[in-house]
Amino acid sequence: MKVLVAMSGGVDSSVAAALLLEAGHEVTGVTLRLWGGETDSGCCSVADVEDARRVAAQLGVAHYVFNLSAEFEEAVVEPYATAYASGSTPNPCVECNRSIKFGQLLARSEALGFDSLATGHHARVLHDDDGIMRLRRGVDARKDQSYVLYMLGQQELSRTMLPIGEITKAEVREHAARLGLRTATKAESMDVCFVRREDRRDFVDARMSPRPGPVVDTSGRVLAEHAGVAGFTVGQRRGLGVAVGAPRYVVAVDAGSATVTVGTRADLACDHVVVRDVCWAASPPPPDMCLAVQTRAHGTTGFGWIDGDVVRLREPMTRVASGQVVALYDGDVLVGGGIAD
Amino acid sequence: MRPEAVAAMLPFLSESFANPSGGHRAARAAKTALEQAREVVAGALGAAPGEVIFTAGGTEADNLGIEGSGRAARAAGLGDGVVTCAFEHKAVLAACHRLEREGFRVQRVPATRGGLVELDALADALDDETVVVSVMLVNNEVGTVQPFDRVAEVVEAHAPRAVLHTDAVQAVPWLDVATAAARARLVSVSAHKFGGPKGTGALVARSGVALQPLLEGGGQERDLRAGTVNVAGAVAMATALQITTERRSVEVARVARLRDRLLDGLSESVDGLFENGDHAHKVAGSCHVGIRGIEAEMLLVALDQAGLCAAAGSSCASGATEPSHVLAAMGLPRPDAMSSIRLSLGFASTDADVDAALELVPAAIGTLRRSQAATR
Repeated sequence: MKVLVAMSGGVDSSVAAALLLEAGHEVTGVTLRLWGGETDSGCCSVADVEDARRVAAQLGVAHYVFNLSAEFEEAVVEPYATAYASGSTPNPCVECNRSIKFGQLLARSEALGFDSLATGHHARVLHDDDGIMRLRRGVDARKDQSYVLYMLGQQELSRTMLPIGEITKAEVREHAARLGLRTATKAESMDVCFVRREDRRDFVDARMSPRPGPVVDTSGRVLAEHAGVAGFTVGQRRGLGVAVGAPRYVVAVDAGSATVTVGTRADLACDHVVVRDVCWAASPPPPDMCLAVQTRAHGTTGFGWIDGDVVRLREPMTRVASGQVVALYDGDVLVGGGIAD
Repeated sequence: MRPEAVAAMLPFLSESFANPSGGHRAARAAKTALEQAREVVAGALGAAPGEVIFTAGGTEADNLGIEGSGRAARAAGLGDGVVTCAFEHKAVLAACHRLEREGFRVQRVPATRGGLVELDALADALDDETVVVSVMLVNNEVGTVQPFDRVAEVVEAHAPRAVLHTDAVQAVPWLDVATAAARARLVSVSAHKFGGPKGTGALVARSGVALQPLLEGGGQERDLRAGTVNVAGAVAMATALQITTERRSVEVARVARLRDRLLDGLSESVDGLFENGDHAHKVAGSCHVGIRGIEAEMLLVALDQAGLCAAAGSSCASGATEPSHVLAAMGLPRPDAMSSIRLSLGFASTDADVDAALELVPAAIGTLRRSQAATR
């Protein structure tokens, strides 16, 4: 098959390209230039593009660079800043997968005559006997990235190859070493690619002027002042600027009144989550089907079922910050999910 | 590279490897070859040998010409004004930006939609304190020849103290630079644009122009450009320049015919094709077109897969295509700029190349359009 491999310059996508080539596919590499400003900490610095290009050259495959920075700004960066400023906690990698990698890039690969788009994600595309495509967790549970791919539907899955999900991270590194890939020992990127974690607040404030407001308890009593809601996430415990005996957590962020509400751990409990941008890999699950609920990158947090645009929980769990993905699994198969409202 | 230029440089990479600054026999041979090269380059560019400074390419020549003359003029108390055009090469714009950070007043004059510097705006930007004006001879993206004599008249009338620099990097294959840039006091050229090696160029600095060097050390090139001179590069550049000058009229006519055949053929076979830059002012090798509804980045990949090399905008260090600042300066709407590509022709281009392009380009555009229609 003619496969376009999205190569970030990291070890996973480098090995993905190599394995597809060894499997006999006609491989072409592509690297996306999405950002590259001074705050670049991840995947689109000149050095990373150069790594991808060198790996492609080593494998003897063609390599291109697509400049999708305008699309990235519009679909990922701007909504990210807006979301933080409005009191929610966005997941920019999810929006990049939705709009850029499995949106723009997938469409481009199709227009250029490629049969498939491959990435280095740790997840598996399952071709079931019933002709339906499913997304399964990667073999290496600790590295599983199916959560950030919750939005893939039949159309995307039918044109997607995820070879890295079939092996463990250790095996990825072994392949890289065996092939002598220059990226074999490269460190993993941990931050969002366009801003380091510790710089997030300044980044958001520079784009959306922060508005100070009160930090209140659940009864409305003012405990402190804050400089802007962008610094707070539901569930956060540190850096609240309040000194009371028991541990306090952010339980609500209201950008409209610039109010941050803190409470006890018990105040964080919830029995349902309202979701938007709901996507199902195949068809929506039956309303009574009990599914594992995952609200963070790794590890499920409980069980529940879908009821319209609400995920009802079997047992109460810690409140999910608005903007986070709520993914639903049947065993290790991703059924779908949405974004917490 | 032109084969004659390759042959000319080889001895200086092997048996004649001496440093031309030395005092011994071998050094004298290298020094003689270097000075002969300087005479050839000077002759072709309409300068005296003592006015030629060898550099490591066009970028260095632009940087040295603009920054060197600007700093020298300000140090002499002549003023602090720098004027250039918004669609200059990045090597010129970056040098002006550097001076701006050093406190110079920098103005960037717009271009017309046809790709020529706006002369009225240029006149408005000039004053008695203007010390450097830089206007290119031929635009590197759209290939438009600038009205340089008019530029010189405007500068002489409105900025009597200014040193006029021209980036002639793109002009050498197509124009007799000795004539076209006769009124410039500083002229930059780059060897790889006319069949010489990469990493070699020259700045003509007419006598009387004060320059501060960018590189200091051993005092080579009349204290204006320190560093052991690249003899092999200079000799190869001189050879390439000599051949380019001798064959220019024949090659320009031949390439113009090829380019017109390419442009006419594409206009006939591709819907929504438009040309960038005023055709009447373009050099023979320039074919810069936009195709409505097609993303240049996609077309370049499709063409590369089919074996045809083209370009769009200017390439940044990461290899991504940046939106062209030249087309933006000409006032081209962004969607038109993002669908524009350059199919450059040169002395090595043949009828067979044009035949291939006339087959591959419409085919690639057709495929992209069909798949776009299918996705909709």
